[in-house]
Amino acid sequence: MLRLEQLSKNFGGLPALSQVSFEVFPGQVTALIGPNGAGKSTLINCMTGVLQPSSGRVLFRGAAISSLAAHQIARCGIARTFQNLKLFPRLSVLDNVLTGLTCEAGSSMVMAMLRLPYLRHRERRLRLRALEALDRFGLGDKADWPAAVLAYGDKKRVELARATVGNPQLILLDEPVAGLNAAETAAVGEQLHLLRRAGHTLLLIEHDMDLVMKLADQVVVLDSGQKIASGTPAEVRRNPRVLEAYLGCMEATA
Amino acid sequence: MPELADFLQYSFSGLTSGAIYALIALGFCVVNNTMGIVNFVQVDFVSLGGMLMFSALFALGLPMVPGVLLAVAGVALVAMLVERFGLRPARSENPLVLIFLTVGLSIILRGLIKLVWGKNRMALPPLTPDLPLEFFGASLLPQALWILFLTLIAIVLLLWFFYRTPLGLSMRAVASNSTAAAVVGIPAGRVRLTSYAIAGALGGLAGVLVTPITTLNYDVGVLLGLKGFAAAILGGFGSFPGAILGGVGLGLLESLSAGYLSSAYKDVVAFVVLLLVLFVRPKGLLGK
Ligand SMILES: Nc1ncnc2c1ncn2[C@@H]1O[C@H](COP(=O)(O)OP(=O)(O)OP(=O)(O)O)[C@@H](O)[C@H]1O
Ligand SMILES: [Mg+2]
Repeated sequence: MLRLEQLSKNFGGLPALSQVSFEVFPGQVTALIGPNGAGKSTLINCMTGVLQPSSGRVLFRGAAISSLAAHQIARCGIARTFQNLKLFPRLSVLDNVLTGLTCEAGSSMVMAMLRLPYLRHRERRLRLRALEALDRFGLGDKADWPAAVLAYGDKKRVELARATVGNPQLILLDEPVAGLNAAETAAVGEQLHLLRRAGHTLLLIEHDMDLVMKLADQVVVLDSGQKIASGTPAEVRRNPRVLEAYLGCMEATA
Repeated sequence: MPELADFLQYSFSGLTSGAIYALIALGFCVVNNTMGIVNFVQVDFVSLGGMLMFSALFALGLPMVPGVLLAVAGVALVAMLVERFGLRPARSENPLVLIFLTVGLSIILRGLIKLVWGKNRMALPPLTPDLPLEFFGASLLPQALWILFLTLIAIVLLLWFFYRTPLGLSMRAVASNSTAAAVVGIPAGRVRLTSYAIAGALGGLAGVLVTPITTLNYDVGVLLGLKGFAAAILGGFGSFPGAILGGVGLGLLESLSAGYLSSAYKDVVAFVVLLLVLFVRPKGLLGK
């Protein structure tokens, strides 16, 4: 479904990604793991047009998307969340989630002005869907709050609702449970399981190994910008290079 | 009671010019919110509105209502051309570069207006015949009532558009966080184009409404635009309620100080108050 070919990214001469290639298969959860600074966030920034890759290609359903603008990539059906939250702080929680339906809303000025009845009907349906998405993440009662005043865990879940509400073909999640408490982590984990069971394709960056091992069909391991291993969770767990680069230090700190 | 009549007269004329400043200030805010820049072409949108109205009435012989619609739509269209062919080709996100471009484009547009309509002062008739109405001893011009009424309509339409339509949501999203807006699929180009169209329509409407009271010439918008800019800053640059409050506040200040002190000092008084407000509240009255 999504293929990276020799993707590289330099920041002022310093390589953050070198020649990373792998594939995300439809209906699967692919986990991307690696120690801090490995280049995971940089990778999905390059995939979503937030950053321009220095070289290499990203193919989505066979078409190169690496030269497209971020909004065009989103319109191909790729949604994402950010590690350090990118909500619309001044908008209400409901409006934040509604923006996740931009690709379906159609924002022609003339159409918006004419306010045809069938459009009004469609807008009502979109609002209902946004409210349902908020309910799924337990935020239904905060729909009218400005996003800026929410607690961290709630903000994180608003972003998840925004990324999933439009049924995108591919969802990229950058550390969805980082900073959440145990109860919130369990609730988000539950939602990710539901997404997986519903056949969604996910690329999941996460340091929570429990979650990764339970959810992932395939694990890709990044270290210092290079792919050092990939395979099933069980395979990766046994890989000595991974243990050395990543799991070892995680267990030491855990 | 002549005091009451005077006070009403001053307040009413302050409200009228305040409404015009508010329209112009809202135009500055709309573009600032989506692009993070001061759009100096806004001042020429005002002049162009008056000019197009003049041509609609006297060259095309249109009645008032289609004339107003044509003039406002015409300025909106020109504003879109300014964004599409004047700013976008620069492919720059740097606010300084973009602001400088708007200064240049403003000079070019003013030159074109001078070329097409000449340097002479022209007179535009008011929307309806000028028979003053008496109100507690103050006399109100029908044109002033039109200004207040149509400004109110424009503000309601603007708020409805921003808070009740999908494209309005997209525009608020871009204003709030442009990276997040891009990754949910909002095309920044279309949002910028729309914000220029709206700014053009607001400036054009201001020009159509005010030039029957002032006079009409190719740079009539410059001073008015500066006042509109001041109003936007006074209210808190970018805030819609701030722009309205700033516009009306500035208009009232001007006319009350002209009435009770001296008309020679009305600009001075208005700008001294503007400075004092900004010293106390650097973000403006309603700025965030
Ligand atoms: N915009 C940038 N400019 C310069 N260097 C950057 C930039 N973004 C990331 N880097 C560098 O690239 C490297 C990879 O960073 P990245 O954020 O992708 O790591 P990560 O794997 O997501 O780490 P974490 O687990 O902490 O989120 C780091 O060394 C980082 O300092
Ligand atoms: Mg990261």
